[in-house]
Amino acid sequence: MKELTYYLTEPVPETPKPQEKAEPWTETKIVGRPEPRVDGYQRTSGGAIYPSDVNLPGMLHGAILRCPHPHARVTSIDTSKAEAMPGVHVVITDKTPGADIPWYESSQRGDSRLFDDHCRFEGEAVAAVAAETPYQAWDAARAIEVEFEVLPFTVDFKKALDDDAPIVWGTTNRTRDARTYERGDIAAGFTAADVVLEETYNIECQLHMPMESFGSVAQWEGGKLTVWHSTQGVYPIQQGLAQNFGLPLSHVRAIGHYVGGAFGAKLWTGKYSAIAALLAKIAARPVKLFVTREETLLCVGNRPAVQMRLKAGVKRDGTLVALEMENLGSGGAYSGSGTGSADFQTRDLYLCPNVRTVSHDVYINAGEQRPMRAPGHPQNSWALEQMMDALAEAIDMCPVELRLKNIPTVSQARGDRPYSTTGFKECLEEGAEEFGWSEAREAEAANGHLKRGVGVAGCLWAAGAGGPPSTAVVRYFSDGSCNLNMGASDIGTGTKTVMAMVVAEELGVPLERITIEYADTGTTQYASASGGSKTVPTESPAVRDAALNCKSQIIKMAAGELEVPAEDLVLENGEVRSTVDPDKSIAVGQVRAFRASQVVVGVGYRGPNPEDTVTCPFAAQFCEVEVNTLTGEVKVLRFLGAHESGRVMNRMTYDNQIYGGITMGIGLGMTERRILDSNQTGKMVNRNFHDYKIPTALDVPADISTVAIDLGDTFNTTGAKGIGEPVTIPTAPAIANAVYNAVGVRITDTPINPTTLAAKLAAKREGRG
Amino acid sequence: MAKNRYSLNVNGQRRQVEAEPDEPLLWVLRDFLGLTGTKFACGEGECGACSVLIDGDEYPSCQVSVEDVAGGEEIVTIEGLGKPGELSPVQKAFMDYTAFGCGYCTPGMIIAATALLRSNPHPTRDQIIAAMDHHLCRCATYPNVLVAIESLAGSSDEEDN
Repeated sequence: MKELTYYLTEPVPETPKPQEKAEPWTETKIVGRPEPRVDGYQRTSGGAIYPSDVNLPGMLHGAILRCPHPHARVTSIDTSKAEAMPGVHVVITDKTPGADIPWYESSQRGDSRLFDDHCRFEGEAVAAVAAETPYQAWDAARAIEVEFEVLPFTVDFKKALDDDAPIVWGTTNRTRDARTYERGDIAAGFTAADVVLEETYNIECQLHMPMESFGSVAQWEGGKLTVWHSTQGVYPIQQGLAQNFGLPLSHVRAIGHYVGGAFGAKLWTGKYSAIAALLAKIAARPVKLFVTREETLLCVGNRPAVQMRLKAGVKRDGTLVALEMENLGSGGAYSGSGTGSADFQTRDLYLCPNVRTVSHDVYINAGEQRPMRAPGHPQNSWALEQMMDALAEAIDMCPVELRLKNIPTVSQARGDRPYSTTGFKECLEEGAEEFGWSEAREAEAANGHLKRGVGVAGCLWAAGAGGPPSTAVVRYFSDGSCNLNMGASDIGTGTKTVMAMVVAEELGVPLERITIEYADTGTTQYASASGGSKTVPTESPAVRDAALNCKSQIIKMAAGELEVPAEDLVLENGEVRSTVDPDKSIAVGQVRAFRASQVVVGVGYRGPNPEDTVTCPFAAQFCEVEVNTLTGEVKVLRFLGAHESGRVMNRMTYDNQIYGGITMGIGLGMTERRILDSNQTGKMVNRNFHDYKIPTALDVPADISTVAIDLGDTFNTTGAKGIGEPVTIPTAPAIANAVYNAVGVRITDTPINPTTLAAKLAAKREGRG
Repeated sequence: MAKNRYSLNVNGQRRQVEAEPDEPLLWVLRDFLGLTGTKFACGEGECGACSVLIDGDEYPSCQVSVEDVAGGEEIVTIEGLGKPGELSPVQKAFMDYTAFGCGYCTPGMIIAATALLRSNPHPTRDQIIAAMDHHLCRCATYPNVLVAIESLAGSSDEEDN
């Protein structure tokens, strides 16, 4: 039979023998190959329906009126003009029955509501409208007359604990007592050090900026709610809305097939989700509500800025003996944690007996943080990895060598349990080799005013192991085609493709004969949200388990009929055949027991990770920059990402993650920052793509290369760890280190831009730097 | 504002719409004609997600009013590339080289690459990067986009990209 060779250039090879218990793969035939995406046609043809593309008959459009002040109290709202405008169906405010939904309950001071008359940041929701067209909805929202009592604000987190700082909540802007982590004897550590360095580093607030906005289409049928939601996880959406509206979980169906980017900001519902559902409920019509680009910059999450004071002690031979870090940050008006995980690598990335970290968190009048691609880690890395660079120079050692001297084999911050694999050494060594690190370091780069330099930075990502719960179902049809049913979202990373490859690997089914049902609480199995770089390590063992379950049922059925022991049978291309006697084979559809059911259903579960080990991805990134010493411009010439994320499931999706993470890291290091006008208005001043600059094709080097390190981790049955987040952790400090290598100027505060650099270069020339 | 009747030339077909003269083409395509392959991302002409071809040139459809294209201008959206059920060479190259992450900016990218290759069938690497620079992609598959376009820039078949 000639297969449709859409993706495959060769027939699917023989599959592994059936196993009662899945052993880790030794070698694979499909998994690991650079396979194009199974949904590539949909994503390139314009046919993929994203939630914001869903249009339903009779659908209305929603718009949210937001507080224009960083801190204000609503004293009156008059909706009469808005309600009389053409096309307007519903206007809702805090007074609307059903709108009294508690909000921000997860924070320590959770006494707020969906529409709170006390607005603690610019962009807080005040009222909302549903109308026939988007323009009618917006016109009506703007026609709502609101009187605000404008209150004094605090938007600069570094001044939030000043005596005269206006208070966001209660009596102090401190969200909680300072958190301290300590091991060893920090004072003794510094006494034992040959060199001690101390520096303050600042990293600015970054915004997620997915291309698809935030929102949903909500439709009620009687007491049941269906939402098409742009999200990383349909189950958290179901749970959030069920709680908001007091519904049984079975009465909320969340569908999130495609999502136009998320990066951590779409892990759960937002006020916009509840508002869309409430508007739809009152109007008794479907409502689409996706926020504008401007709103996405104000109020749907961010990676908090952190100020980090880091002191480090090292011996002449490169042994780290003391690390002390004090962090200050803010998660905005409602999140208690702006510094979360921003000290974790200080505790755990390098062997160091004496560590102390202190974290201070404050409230400010600004939008709430949401998890963003490796929360806290890129901030931490910005300080730690520049400090490692400075320490290496201080003891006249290569920065790669210094890191290699202090590779951890156990997780010192997690009970000294060993890592299942620590690929950090290999990432540094093989990355340096591939990059040509030694040659590039030694190269004479004097080219007039253009100076070249190279930099390195390493990282670990605290999560990335995945784990239960997850359930997957594989249905095997009589013609040898199959359907995979899983609840996980594919947030653009290639989850569907990787999971189809796992099914193909185990069942000998070509990729184009596998279809996937996913990300729909009404029809698919439970999965947690796709976040934490855990989707592949969580879901792939469950999918493999389901496929193996399916296979063992089929083989058992055929064994009886062929009178061949099950261990001598393989399943491939819809046929069971003997590996001993080639004449003994049967099409699955012809097996009598199979005909009786017409489909075999395999169910798989994600088992637990070993308790005695810790699993983390590790990485090292290398880059080369060119600095124009006249203008302060920095050009990133090339980048290399060496990553140990367990088994590479698909080299194409793997490489894409590295490209994407490095690019986002270039943005964090060089162009991106939320600018709040702390002096005059407290408002955000760069609330569009023009003023908030994410990297474009011209900003990233065409030369990005990848080195995949796979040490055969067996902590789960596929050996995969997460890749999506570690890829962006060390990028910004690698650039800063390269700039230092080029011109001898240390950029401790992001962004690395011409303004900052030209001033520092001038100061250095004049002997002030 | 009063609505007018317009006859638009979209993907080779005459399509009748009733719209206010300043209605952005983006919303005419998405909400009136059901062509949701053209994406909204900023509405300010800054990101390239809503790009369409108008008489062969690339425009951000959020910055073009329905009135602007009421004179029979040939509008081509992502759905109008290639033949029905068959991807165009540019679409196919994007698919084969996985020149996308989430795919949301991809229709605009493909439109831009199509316009580039029609005006310059053999662009250099620098010309490709410059031509794609106004298209924002947060998944940042820029290297794959470059490779996908380069795979066509070198081809001898200059027709129908």
